[in-house]
Amino acid sequence: MFSFFSRSLVEKVITLFFISIISFSVVMLAPGDPSEIDPMNPKFTKEDIQRLRQAFDLDKPLHIQYYRFYKKLFTNELRSYKDNQPVLAKITERFFNSLPLFLVGTLLTWCLAFPLGIQSALRRQSLFDRSTTFFSYLFISLPSFFLAYVLIIFIVKVFHVPVLGLQTFGRESVSWWYFVNDRIWHLVLPSVLGAIGGIAILSRYVRSQMLEVIEQDYIRTAQAKGLPENTVYYKHALRNALLPFVTMFGLTLPGLLGGSVIIESIFSWPGMGRLGYDAILARDYPVILSLNFIAACLVLLGTFISDVLYMVVDPRISLTGGKS
Amino acid sequence: MVKNESGQNSPDVYDGSDLVPQISGLKSMWRQLRNNPLALWGLLLLTVFLVLAVAGLLLTKGQSPVMDPEKVRLVDTLKPPLSRANTDVLAPADRPAFGIYLLGTDKLGRDVMARMLQGAHVSLLVGFISVGIAVFVGIILGALAGYYGNYIDSVIMRAVDIMLCFPSFFLILTVVALLPASIWNIMIVIGLTSWPGIARFVRAEFLALRKQDFVVAAEALGLSKPKIMFLHMVPNAIAPVLVTATIDVASAILTESSLSFLGFGVPPPAASWGNILSDGKEFIFDAPWLFIASGLAILITVLAFNLFGEGLREALNPRLRER
Repeated sequence: MFSFFSRSLVEKVITLFFISIISFSVVMLAPGDPSEIDPMNPKFTKEDIQRLRQAFDLDKPLHIQYYRFYKKLFTNELRSYKDNQPVLAKITERFFNSLPLFLVGTLLTWCLAFPLGIQSALRRQSLFDRSTTFFSYLFISLPSFFLAYVLIIFIVKVFHVPVLGLQTFGRESVSWWYFVNDRIWHLVLPSVLGAIGGIAILSRYVRSQMLEVIEQDYIRTAQAKGLPENTVYYKHALRNALLPFVTMFGLTLPGLLGGSVIIESIFSWPGMGRLGYDAILARDYPVILSLNFIAACLVLLGTFISDVLYMVVDPRISLTGGKS
Repeated sequence: MVKNESGQNSPDVYDGSDLVPQISGLKSMWRQLRNNPLALWGLLLLTVFLVLAVAGLLLTKGQSPVMDPEKVRLVDTLKPPLSRANTDVLAPADRPAFGIYLLGTDKLGRDVMARMLQGAHVSLLVGFISVGIAVFVGIILGALAGYYGNYIDSVIMRAVDIMLCFPSFFLILTVVALLPASIWNIMIVIGLTSWPGIARFVRAEFLALRKQDFVVAAEALGLSKPKIMFLHMVPNAIAPVLVTATIDVASAILTESSLSFLGFGVPPPAASWGNILSDGKEFIFDAPWLFIASGLAILITVLAFNLFGEGLREALNPRLRER
């Protein structure tokens, strides 16, 4: 048990190290320089540029820049190029803005995808199965922002509620009832949109997994010995069909950043994805790289959680045995 | 199993032409596919869009194309579909084909039909080339990992793990935004971030093929390792790659449209469905045809790729094939 944790920790640290090198070199070796962000400004003299480059270590060789960058990141001294704010504080603030969106979206995804997938597997080739199949393909294939615009127009026209942003501007001092209501309305659309693609994909996985399990001999045995259908499907089949999704649970974590760039841009939601997008526009390297690093940490944390969950759930996998 | 007559030929007269193995079960795959109406629809739509893309290439390329996607007509901005061109003002050379805007015009009076046709080939090109790059890299690395095993395998699989740790859309966005705007950069970046899945599939297939008779026979004949890997083993491992590649084309087209939406897509004046759609969002009330035409085009194409890919996957699944 302990050896598993320590080995996986070492593995993950090595992976993180390479990720940091790759993302650092990708960003730093790209043409252009943050000091050239405003080249037409006459007040921006050569000396200013020199001074800025020096202040941000941009004049040093790459490996020293790398070392200083990650040292600053770990000691929380890293500051944004754009507004000189501490990067980690900025990201933390945005993280807590993204969190409700992510939680509601994930909850919606998992609560809807499983019943849909299971039902369409059990009623294979029925009208229900065909229509869920069709709609999941439809939603997988829609550009998310296309759907977002259509839905925004629909919601605003039909329900007359504001949906853009975290909350209605200037509504900070209203009674808590309106406040909560307002926040919820603002939360609904982006999280539903974030969830739709996930529901479509996940319900397909659940369906095929369930179909696979239903074919197994032990299900036939259970049916043959006369168990009620519901017991067979929901006790015997479902438990085995759910197994692979334990791993997927951990893998949803990185969605916190990657999946949210577009949705957060559309809804001007001040979350992590939006922060990353703004940082890219401003060539704010510290923010970009820190976000990348944090996202990689989230992925690794997700895989770790799913490894552990898998071992807890599936007795066939021992805690000490490594995975290949 | 795969037919392989290499045992009857001596290695020095071997010319390779009769030895290229056929993909096994191609016929049974087609038989399975034929019973899947959704996949057939996907294939049909794909063919239609391929024809459209080729037609678009022919009609919109050249010095004086039949339909000019970049001709700006400021007298005819935001005209609805099927409206006539303003023939009083426009010089004959500036008029659209037949004097009609089949799909209306955009904010600069450019013919949306022409732009959609050009966009068809640009968008499909982005899809195919980026996936081509991914397949190329994925097959080579997957084959090396699966064939040689040992430390080559561990190094490559570690690289795959590392690639999978990047938030792919954010990485693509970062690189595309930092590099100079160009359609080739987009293709290369999408391609270079989506090979790990393919490499994994190829490796898994190779691990299974590695000990099969025809590989052992080819080794016994003294064929060179690249020849064994890429002439004999890859054709047998290609089936799952095809499935993933089909679905990846769909997601590459979607990624391009998302990049366009954020302002980093195919740079103007070239049209892609993505940038028509993202231009159209500003005029969603005044000129909904911009939004609808490009959105539907993306939707239908991506849907077609997905349906066809899933159909292929089902056709390749031996458990489903038996029925």
